[in-house]
Amino acid sequence: MNRRLFLQSTAAAAATPLMALEQAAERLDVNFATGPWPFRDLPKLDGDSLKQRGITQAITGSLEALLTRDIAAVNARLATACTESGGVLLPAGALHPLLPAWREDLRRCRDEHAMKVIRLHPNYHGYTLAEPIFAELLDAITDAGLAVQIVVQMEDQRTQHPLVQAAPVDLKPLHDLLKVRPKARVMVLNANAAMITTALRGCDSLWLDGAMIEGVGGLENTLKAWPAEKLCFGTHAPFFYPESSLLKLVESELSGTLLTALTVDNARAFLG
Amino acid sequence: MRESDLLPRMQKLMNPKFRIWDLHCHLSGVPGLTPEERLGQLLRYADRVGIERLCVYMGMKWSQDPSPDDFRKQNDEVLRAIAKHPDRAFGFVTLNPKHVPESLAELERCVANGPMVGVKLWVAKRCDGPEIDPLIARAAELKAVIFQHTWFKTTANYPGESTPDDLVALAKRFPKVPIICGHTGGTWELGIRAIRDQKNLFADLAGSDPTAGITEMAVRELGAERVIYGSDCGGRSFASQLAKVHGAAITEAQKQQIFHGTLRSLMNPILQAKGIQA
Repeated sequence: MNRRLFLQSTAAAAATPLMALEQAAERLDVNFATGPWPFRDLPKLDGDSLKQRGITQAITGSLEALLTRDIAAVNARLATACTESGGVLLPAGALHPLLPAWREDLRRCRDEHAMKVIRLHPNYHGYTLAEPIFAELLDAITDAGLAVQIVVQMEDQRTQHPLVQAAPVDLKPLHDLLKVRPKARVMVLNANAAMITTALRGCDSLWLDGAMIEGVGGLENTLKAWPAEKLCFGTHAPFFYPESSLLKLVESELSGTLLTALTVDNARAFLG
Repeated sequence: MRESDLLPRMQKLMNPKFRIWDLHCHLSGVPGLTPEERLGQLLRYADRVGIERLCVYMGMKWSQDPSPDDFRKQNDEVLRAIAKHPDRAFGFVTLNPKHVPESLAELERCVANGPMVGVKLWVAKRCDGPEIDPLIARAAELKAVIFQHTWFKTTANYPGESTPDDLVALAKRFPKVPIICGHTGGTWELGIRAIRDQKNLFADLAGSDPTAGITEMAVRELGAERVIYGSDCGGRSFASQLAKVHGAAITEAQKQQIFHGTLRSLMNPILQAKGIQA
């Protein structure tokens, strides 16, 4: 196939996903973050950078929350950054249940910062989902009327700094925990395809994002085994190039209805 | 945001002015009962994201230490796949340096006397030892593109898995032979540094997470003329790996160089020798 024929044929193939994307007036990223990463100078992305990429809102956590003990200050800085974004960034405050007085952090997230989402990092904070403290935390967040995001991993274990290694969160306990907590709104961020088909099998009440779903046609394949109303668009930016998740929407063959579900409706349902 | 703001951004991402060849593709991780079907599936997705040609290597089932019968079978599968799509795919022959005579014979069958244009070396044996030298020497005579998998894993490499440091040792023995550093060592901040001063080594961006900064550092330290786009599909998506280039803060000319120019310059000698128009 010569270059001209290739362009003619692929222009036709690419037209459908582009047309579907064109119809979207908004796009909500459920997996964005601010703050410094200890091991690398990440791109300085903000609300304007996201808007330039067609992302109109982003649920935003703080990378500071992974290793900083003064979580209250981290959440206050996050709230300020989100306020300054003019509504593009929606704050997801952090809670660390092994710190003294974590319930006060939850109160401040809800009452002082008007946060709707809590983002947890169990593998960086040193607890598992099987421990009673996690059930206690989940109940407290649910009782406060907030949704919760659990970040299963931040990066590939093979590339982590040798002195700060954090294995992915074991998600298996979620199945039984969620079965008896129908009111809990839980989203798992950065799950990969293997986790979705093993540890998360049957956990149909929780939401996922697609930032770490890999494989050709990865979103399309995931939707063969996962409810379409429970998969969300998430970039894991600025740690990842946001173009990765945007292009996944083009690579997979998704109808306009599905695109809207993945990029807007499902995230709205999670936010409540 | 107005609807009209979204399309230009995606069109820019999908800009057909970029000519894209994918250095790093496999017949695994994709549905299909035959090699032809699997390559057809890969091309269906490649079309959606504007990739013109795929370099394909390794068969439908992999072994870390393939016997001669095994790698011949895998190469047969690649031959079948590229025969079905000769205008869209190039084949690289899989070899095992633990079996030098059989690997040399496979080079003759698939490259010297067959349609393949490159060599793939994986994780059977680390590449720093002299056992691999006859394979590199013959591949260079044939002008084949040489690709060696590498990783620097925090969690420990496989026993036979090469690091970029191992590849530097090999490249020093063949300073005039271009060799591609597969995955740029995975942990790319280490891999780029390892190969920087060995000018006959080239960085493959494929097969790691789309971590922001990889391409900018590679261009800064190596120059775009030593950096190559690849996906490692079907295990990886095209999207996540294309994003490393589309999303990088580099010039459009540098993106084009990475998407096509560097690989093209490595392939030109063998394409010309074989009379392949591309």
